Amino acid sequence: MALAEPAATLQFLLTAVAFGALMWAFVTSDFSLRLVVLNSHTDKPMLYKITGVWGNHEGSMLLWVLIVTLFGGAVAWFGTNLPPTLRARVLSVQAMIGVAFFAFILLTSNPFLRMAVPPFNGQDLNPLLQDPGLAFHPPFLYLGYVGLSMTFSFAVAALIEGRVDAAWGRWVRPYTLAAWIFLTIGIGLGSWWAYYELGWGGFWFWDPVENASFMPWLIAAALLHSAIVVEKRESLKSWTILLAILAFGFSMVGAFITRSGVLTSVHAFATDPERGVFLLGILAVFMAGALTLFAARASVMQAKGVFSVLSRESMLVLNNILLAVACFVVFIGTIWPLVAELFFDRKLSVGAPFFNAAFSPFMAGLGLVLPIGAMLPWKRATLGRVLRQLAPVFVLAVAVAAFAWALQSGRSALGPLGLFFAAWLIGGAGVDLWSRTGLGQGRFGRLTRLPRADWGKAVAHGGLGVTMAGIAAMMAWQAEDIRVLEVGQQFELSGYGLRLDEVHPEQGPNYMATKATFTLSKNGQVIAEMFPEKRVYPVAGMPTTEAALNNGFLRDIYVVIGDPQEGGGWAVRSYYKPLANWIWGGTILMALGGCLSLSDRRYRVAAGARKLPAGVPAE
Amino acid sequence: MKRLILALCLIAAPVMAVQPDEVLDDPALETRARAISAGLRCLVCRNESIDDSNAELARDLRLLVRERLVAGDSDADAVAFIVDRYGEYVLLKPQSGGANVLLWLAGPIMLGVGVLMAALYLRGRAGAIEPEVARLSQAEEDRLREILKD
Repeated sequence: MALAEPAATLQFLLTAVAFGALMWAFVTSDFSLRLVVLNSHTDKPMLYKITGVWGNHEGSMLLWVLIVTLFGGAVAWFGTNLPPTLRARVLSVQAMIGVAFFAFILLTSNPFLRMAVPPFNGQDLNPLLQDPGLAFHPPFLYLGYVGLSMTFSFAVAALIEGRVDAAWGRWVRPYTLAAWIFLTIGIGLGSWWAYYELGWGGFWFWDPVENASFMPWLIAAALLHSAIVVEKRESLKSWTILLAILAFGFSMVGAFITRSGVLTSVHAFATDPERGVFLLGILAVFMAGALTLFAARASVMQAKGVFSVLSRESMLVLNNILLAVACFVVFIGTIWPLVAELFFDRKLSVGAPFFNAAFSPFMAGLGLVLPIGAMLPWKRATLGRVLRQLAPVFVLAVAVAAFAWALQSGRSALGPLGLFFAAWLIGGAGVDLWSRTGLGQGRFGRLTRLPRADWGKAVAHGGLGVTMAGIAAMMAWQAEDIRVLEVGQQFELSGYGLRLDEVHPEQGPNYMATKATFTLSKNGQVIAEMFPEKRVYPVAGMPTTEAALNNGFLRDIYVVIGDPQEGGGWAVRSYYKPLANWIWGGTILMALGGCLSLSDRRYRVAAGARKLPAGVPAE
Repeated sequence: MKRLILALCLIAAPVMAVQPDEVLDDPALETRARAISAGLRCLVCRNESIDDSNAELARDLRLLVRERLVAGDSDADAVAFIVDRYGEYVLLKPQSGGANVLLWLAGPIMLGVGVLMAALYLRGRAGAIEPEVARLSQAEEDRLREILKD
């Protein structure tokens, strides 16, 4: 048992050395490595030489195992408050996951393959990946995916021990929260990147690989809520264990989807059947093992807390049902083309219109009950008090929606609905915080002294409202303009004037660009100059569009310059995107809420409490 | 990693999604055309609608949709015209007929199952008697006393 800790440390150090070696090869442009030749070039800026390490299948798998061992190391270094048997078991399960992926790398995707004849220069990284937003998107996602391997290890270890109690809930929750925060940031970065980089301001495509990252996020969100019930009320134990297993299961499904090419996706990374089969094998072994263990041991986990149908516990159950069903809908939609082809001999597509229609109602339901559920007392509750407290917020939210409805005249109800959810969730979070400060004098003082977990909860829930409003407004009120524009001409877009001032060629470090200058104005007042570009990366032979954005609190103006037209002038596309930044602002708030929760006193103190006796010589 | 195929489409035909010369003069008709294109898949791209796609084929399909609308087709007729030629694969929103019923009803069914199971569980929880607090073992008692001494 004592071996587990140094072994985990050693495993991490050795993996870090391997990763460092690969990074060094990229930094020094060592073209005797096949991977460097395929994904790098001497002209590439240093930032992208480094991020090129994980901009490909082999390197990203190495990053993946590095993070697996990092989390294992974290338990070895900081998990001193865990019972020794549990810690050893967690570490051994985590190490097993590590070994499986090490085998995968060694047998199918060796990043250190040499070239017999090193070429003079490399083939450059995909230019779409040469962007700060995307450079850091994969590491965050992997921290999230792999963070869920930690909750998996905790779940399996607890099943082996046959003991799940409040303490287990407290140990596993920080890892779930951390994984969820990383996933939130990773998904947010990816979506933001797609928004400004792909040239038409789409932010979510319901692509199989996006779904692959979204499913673990949904399950992790459910898990971190149900872990609260385990921690505080010692109920929902077997369900929480099941979620912990499934969360990592979906992470591996994600890895499988991205790297097997079974589901055609715009993100297709490595479409190699051999790798796919290997990953499917890992997935099958771990899931079958864990679920068998679960079936054998689930009955041991006796729930302790008693609660009535109307209580915080039952509302968290509802939260879990909605999140799990939403995840299930995404899962079915993602694999349905495969199922339909295999079993019904139909070749069909499942795209954004399906997901928008089938997924959104569950999120709307979640948003509707969230403020009520968040305020209901534990154990046994009555609705009356909570509803009285929330009534003003509800009225306000309805008023906001009605106002928006009246202003827009004759468009879809989506926009007003989004604003309703924003007001309802943000207001609800505020009322929740306020109601915790008690009565009488000094409520503001007490507000600042509330536990960080309370603040985290309010900020994250408010963030969800902000994101919902952004998505709804963008889908309902976006305006688009496509036209041919001569230099010097001006046109109007949703009340803003846009003038094309000039177009000139420009030379970048490893690309050539056509750069345009636009003047953005409102009511004759100049607001900003905008510089959209079209770039061509000669080494990779790829053109990209660099949209110009004028960000605002209530709207973005988005301009893309296209090709020169035969009759003179340039193709110009421009968009008015209402509340665009709310989507990512809300995402940041959700992640921030998670961080606040993570830094709550009870986790810090619990971590430090056991360290004291260690210094006492008698022990 | 992302949008490799999009990039491939770009190489083949360096044009952008809907071009100025495609736009119809009648704004009402153009709005209908855009709505239809957003629901049709670009066949050579991966999971992109013809409205978003840069591929040459997507452009042809966009023009075809507009042609049909100008010729007086209803939205449903125009979509049916495309589906007849390219199969239901082009529909980003799958039809609800046949086995697809399962796809569309999967969410509601799971919700029903989940709520039912939760209801049974909650009834059990509400009726359960709070178990006696487990007694501490001797070792735990000792440790507790030691902690409380400080």
